[in-house]
Amino acid sequence: MSAVAPLPEQAPLRHRSVASRKAADLVVKVLSWIGALFGMSVMALVLYEVVIRGIKAWNWAFFTQPTPQDFMSTSGGMANAIVGTLIITAGAALIAIPIGFLAGVYLAEYGRNGRTATGIRMVANVVMGVPSIIVGVFAFAILVKPLQHYSGFAGSVALAFLMLPVMARTTEDILNLVPNELRESGLAMGAPRWRVTLRVVCKAARGGLITGATLAVVRVAGETAPLLFTALSSPYWITGLFGPGGYFGGPVSNLTKTIFDFAGQPYPHLQALAWGGALFIIVFVLGLNILVRLLFQRGKEW
Amino acid sequence: MSTVDSELLSNAGAPRGSAKAEPRGHRIRIGDPIFRGLATGSGIFLAVAMVGLGVVLVVDSWPAISGLGTHVLTTVAWSPTTHEYGALAALAGTFLSTLVAMVIAVPLALVIALLLVELVHPKVSRVVGTIIEMLASIPSIVFGMVGLFVIVPFMQDHFVPWILGTPLGSLPGIKPGTQFAGGGVSVFTAGVVLAFMILPFITAVSRDVMKMVPQVTKEAGYGMGSTTWEVMRKISLRYANSGIVGAVFIGLGRALGETMAVAFLIGSVYTAIPHSIFDPGTSIASLIALNFSEATDKLTVSALIELGLILFVITILFQIAAQAWLRRVQRATGGRA
Repeated sequence: MSAVAPLPEQAPLRHRSVASRKAADLVVKVLSWIGALFGMSVMALVLYEVVIRGIKAWNWAFFTQPTPQDFMSTSGGMANAIVGTLIITAGAALIAIPIGFLAGVYLAEYGRNGRTATGIRMVANVVMGVPSIIVGVFAFAILVKPLQHYSGFAGSVALAFLMLPVMARTTEDILNLVPNELRESGLAMGAPRWRVTLRVVCKAARGGLITGATLAVVRVAGETAPLLFTALSSPYWITGLFGPGGYFGGPVSNLTKTIFDFAGQPYPHLQALAWGGALFIIVFVLGLNILVRLLFQRGKEW
Repeated sequence: MSTVDSELLSNAGAPRGSAKAEPRGHRIRIGDPIFRGLATGSGIFLAVAMVGLGVVLVVDSWPAISGLGTHVLTTVAWSPTTHEYGALAALAGTFLSTLVAMVIAVPLALVIALLLVELVHPKVSRVVGTIIEMLASIPSIVFGMVGLFVIVPFMQDHFVPWILGTPLGSLPGIKPGTQFAGGGVSVFTAGVVLAFMILPFITAVSRDVMKMVPQVTKEAGYGMGSTTWEVMRKISLRYANSGIVGAVFIGLGRALGETMAVAFLIGSVYTAIPHSIFDPGTSIASLIALNFSEATDKLTVSALIELGLILFVITILFQIAAQAWLRRVQRATGGRA
């Protein structure tokens, strides 16, 4: 049994000169750089256009006046839409963060590799890829259609739905990074499981948890499609919780839907407001994104 | 995101003043089952809610499914005024714009990933990678606006006339059809903007799988006198092959369901299948977005929800395929994926 496995049959080696191989190498390297520069310049172009066009719309009225009711009038701002977006997003965070966090705790601490946890994880992964417009349709079907009116709350529910799986999966990933020794030492001290989880494991992971939650919020703050037929939009200020102008009772003005409505209008004034709104969203989203990364990355070596 | 998070986490360090064992025995015994129940309940709620989404879509599109039968899947035009509720034009636009996006984004993402992993210093790689990743946090509506006000005029005035003037311009699929409207708002423009939107996702996953290629294997290649490109093509890409396929699936799923940017750019022609990528058309997601609030009668609303259901099923299938594929890769590479 001295048989050595025969070498797999190979195509005869094609002889290439060193020069042509080096040339091919150079071409690919140059292409890579061109690709990367192209990708970065797209990012630069988007930022440039939004900043240049948006900053012109940023004036006192933009931040203090509600959106114009009459498209012909050149007054008005985006203040009610900004407030509305903040409220709708905060509502979504209030719903999704606790549930998503607890679900993540379940996946990381209790369910682990059990059948239920694997199933939940799979569903969450799949649903993270569901288009946001579908989630909007869903929120319309369960909240707007039966109640016969649009509401800011329905918008929050749609956004919360998008946040939930993200929140759960990031929480799980982060908790999984906490070394088991910490859990063991906590339990060895006689602390009950839930206190170990909250006071030891989550405390150790708090930087990552806060980052994960913030990024999940940021991710939905700029969404438009889920709000199209849930929160709708309105030229008025939100008036409170209930009643036709309130969070639960009627359409709530928000930035993204307003931008969508105004950008397609032939009036320069409305287009300018839309660009101003786009700049506000970009600043908000990128700003929070960068801020949270800087805050929690700084002490990395510690 | 998870790679970032793992870095962030390491600053968390050891807890101080952690749980003291308190002698209040009964509270402790109650606390555990309550917390466990809350966590388990949340986990199950998540799964049930997600499954509920599918159920609600089916229930609410039932009037259309039972009332119209296969009409939706066999009719081209969407035109409720003439009682046509077809999905075919929208399906064609969805897949065509996604195809354009993939053709642009996949090679671009691969060369960028190559640069990030093989060619530049890790510090440079980090900066370039972060800038590309930032594209992912630009909201869809902003891409739509920049597309409408900057890219549409460019396409209409420069790119489309130029390409139609070349010999390529007479090829089927490129040669303008009867719907042609200057090429500014078109399937092609929508696809180009979609490509930028999915670029960061494909780049990130490709970079991560390319990073998994063992250093020794690559060094063996270099030791044989290979150039960077040869190592990349014959070792890295082969090794990371299946992971990259997973990345492509993820990008595909996103492109199929992207709504706002496409709604701005694709041209909203609901009645015909585009003959050329430079023709305007529509996509399922943008059709729903633009027509939902104007739909008044129950049948139209239900038919729109059925379109949503079709899109849901398509994206779910792609997601499941991607997940299954990536899991297979994960097993094959010992869980490092």
